[in-house]
Amino acid sequence: MSLQERKNMLLGLTFISPWIVGLLAFILYPLASSAYYSFTDFSGFGAANWIGWDNYTRMFDDPIFAKSVYNTLYYTLLAVPIGVVMALVLALAMNQRLREVALYRAAFYLPSVLPIFALSFVFLFLMNPRYGLFNYVLGLFHVAPINWLGDPKWSKFSIVLLAQLGAGQYALIFLASIKAIPQTLYEAVELDGGNGWHKFWYITLPLITPIILYDVMIGLGSGLQILTPAYILTNGGPVDSTLFYVYYLYKNAFSFGDMGYASALSWLLFIVSVVLAVLVFRTSNRWVNYEANG
Amino acid sequence: MRDSLKLPDAPLVPRAGLTTDRLMGIVNGQIVSRLIVLIGAVLFLLPLFWMIVTSLKPVTEISVFPPTVLPQAWKWSNYTEAFRAIPFARYFANSSIIAVCSTIGAVLSNFLIAYGFSRIQWRGRDTVFMVVLATIFIPFPVTMIPLVVVFSKLHWINTYLPLIVPSFFGNAFFIFLLRQFLMQLPMELSEAARIDGASELQVMRQIILPLAKPALTVVAIFSFINAWNDFLGPLLYLQDERLYTLAIGLQAFRSTHDVQITLLMAASTLAVLPIIVLFLIFQRSFIDGITTGTLK
Repeated sequence: MSLQERKNMLLGLTFISPWIVGLLAFILYPLASSAYYSFTDFSGFGAANWIGWDNYTRMFDDPIFAKSVYNTLYYTLLAVPIGVVMALVLALAMNQRLREVALYRAAFYLPSVLPIFALSFVFLFLMNPRYGLFNYVLGLFHVAPINWLGDPKWSKFSIVLLAQLGAGQYALIFLASIKAIPQTLYEAVELDGGNGWHKFWYITLPLITPIILYDVMIGLGSGLQILTPAYILTNGGPVDSTLFYVYYLYKNAFSFGDMGYASALSWLLFIVSVVLAVLVFRTSNRWVNYEANG
Repeated sequence: MRDSLKLPDAPLVPRAGLTTDRLMGIVNGQIVSRLIVLIGAVLFLLPLFWMIVTSLKPVTEISVFPPTVLPQAWKWSNYTEAFRAIPFARYFANSSIIAVCSTIGAVLSNFLIAYGFSRIQWRGRDTVFMVVLATIFIPFPVTMIPLVVVFSKLHWINTYLPLIVPSFFGNAFFIFLLRQFLMQLPMELSEAARIDGASELQVMRQIILPLAKPALTVVAIFSFINAWNDFLGPLLYLQDERLYTLAIGLQAFRSTHDVQITLLMAASTLAVLPIIVLFLIFQRSFIDGITTGTLK
């Protein structure tokens, strides 16, 4: 290494040094530490005794763990496809050739940056089985009142509904990539006598698959970590129907003082997240067209 | 993005080559798509709208069925009552302190770090950057237990330090976003200044910093919003009610006191107000931030 190279290296490392410290202190150390805790009976206070794989084998006999996994998968498998379709539909709406389209874009986007806690409070009221606006509107169509948050059959779907307010953020990403598609491609479809549906199906959709992949990955990640709306809207209930994985992890760590078990749960989440990310990337070449954005 | 705004509406008088039928088709098509989009926009703004109108209704009007759209009697005093019934001012101040401090931390640290990953050539740089990207996918719940343990050993629980200090050590997504931006600025800018004898710090402050303002604005806005909206962080690190932020404060207050829905909605409206104001001022930055973060 020449003197100049060495100087540059030192300079570069100096500039990124805050990140190196952050990586060690806030990511690598906690990861290693929770791996260690996961093999102990650590309660948050006092000594941590080594108990081997007990925390991991315990999951197999824990019906609430199974329930929380079921709830989380149910939620994620419902929220991700609905979320992707919603974001796509919004992007197409944001792409309409209307004068006031900037207003619509703002309307679709704004709710996605509003705090979940405030939106949850208003959903509590909107979804009130007796006075809520939702049931009133359904009543106009002669639909029987729904106990949105009080009925285990509806509670997860209600949280999926709330999550749709975040779709505007992903819609903007879709919109940007739709706008990057060359007009000539659409003109070619027109020349062949294709209609709007053909344009969407044969041009738009194939060319935005990388963004769909991105959306699916982010959606899976945030779906598996869902906590706040369940904490505020339902407290995990009714009958544990919204006791999601991270909620159960949180309760084990901070309500039941079972940090060892919670750490094992957190490592399982870590492994699942990594596997999912790798899996989505690996299988993506079969259906994702990376030509679109170079 | 601007192009679509300039498109003319369908002409009212049929031109040569444009039959009346075809014209009607265009007009109808626009009306139908406009109607659908409009309904969608109304639905998306409905929760916010409902929050605001409910905050202005007398409490007796809440249990009226069918619900009234606009308040029959506008009760502005709900806002002053909310301040009396809920420790709102305190929560608001706490949220502001945390959001402002962590925004300062995020802008400072991520700029320096992204600078090191983009404006200086060093061996292994791009490999190390892959590590930055990989950390985006690590879920926070995986690291939260040891963090609480460490912060409590440091006696940082019931202080704002766990919510502020980490922002001074970079955030993978912001580093990525700023690096994208800084890579686009021509390298000749830095080289010319270096030849003139400027130190790297001078290059950074006098040449690059002024040019990076749009990207730094995006980082500032999003870190402010992240801090303002954060629920899990304050829930983990704050137990003293006097330190509560709006997110956990309103939730805790709501679940332990019998607070009227109209007052809760007034408090919620004020809690979302800073975000809406930011959005109205910096609409462009919001959109740029979202899109540059992912494309290319």
